[in-house]
Amino acid sequence: MEVPILKQGLYLIASIQSALTDADLSALREALIERVGKYRARGVIVDVTALDVMDSFAVRTLRDIAHMARLRGAETVIVGIQPEVAFAMVQLGLTLKGVSTALDLEEGLAFLDRQGRERLDRVQGRGTRGGTTRG
Amino acid sequence: MGAPPVAEELLVAITSDVDVVSARQKGRELAAEAGFSSGDQTVIAAAISEIARNILMYAKRGEIALRIVMNGDLDGLIVVARDQGPGIPDVTRALQDGYSTSGGLGLGLPGARRLMDDFDVVSIPGKGTTVTMKKWRRRHAS
Repeated sequence: MEVPILKQGLYLIASIQSALTDADLSALREALIERVGKYRARGVIVDVTALDVMDSFAVRTLRDIAHMARLRGAETVIVGIQPEVAFAMVQLGLTLKGVSTALDLEEGLAFLDRQGRERLDRVQGRGTRGGTTRG
Repeated sequence: MGAPPVAEELLVAITSDVDVVSARQKGRELAAEAGFSSGDQTVIAAAISEIARNILMYAKRGEIALRIVMNGDLDGLIVVARDQGPGIPDVTRALQDGYSTSGGLGLGLPGARRLMDDFDVVSIPGKGTTVTMKKWRRRHAS
């Protein structure tokens, strides 16, 4: 089952609709990493609200997506992990260390907007300081 | 309602990643039927997912049997995963976190064990592996 990927501004939104096999998850990883380049995306949101189970393979794939996207210049946020799923993940010993998460799509978008602004501030801040030193 | 559900065995053959999904979905359905909370259903499904994947990874094929049992005032869901794969040379080590011979996360067996109430592994090198795991719930008088 293919996961639809929407492009919204500078972001890609992959919204998982049903249970995914390992092959589906790997296909999602390939598609997202390819599209980060194609659309010059700055952010990726993976919405896992519909996932009723996250096992070690799913977690590893999501972590890979986040790390690979970051290497391509895009920040990833995983949104919509359900309470029962979070409970089972913790029991399994699965963590999403180094990967950003947010409660839902809205929070995920807000997070990416904040990240984008901070990135812009950093760039502009450096520019101003450089000018001052020179003057 | 009347009598508790009759013990029936559900058998799921594991030969591809699609079967991993279907095994955990059947496990969830059976758990729901047995009255497990939705949290427990998720926990059971996650444990089944891990051991079903272990079958694929190490033995290529096998099967998972699901059954509801009664024990006093407890209802239980029993999951038995069997394969005729290479077996686990060192079960004690395989049950330690982070130990993996497949390049995986090494969380499959120890993780599944943490999710379930009873967990038992019998493995004979060259013959295969059987993992039996159980989750219990107290039956309410209703």
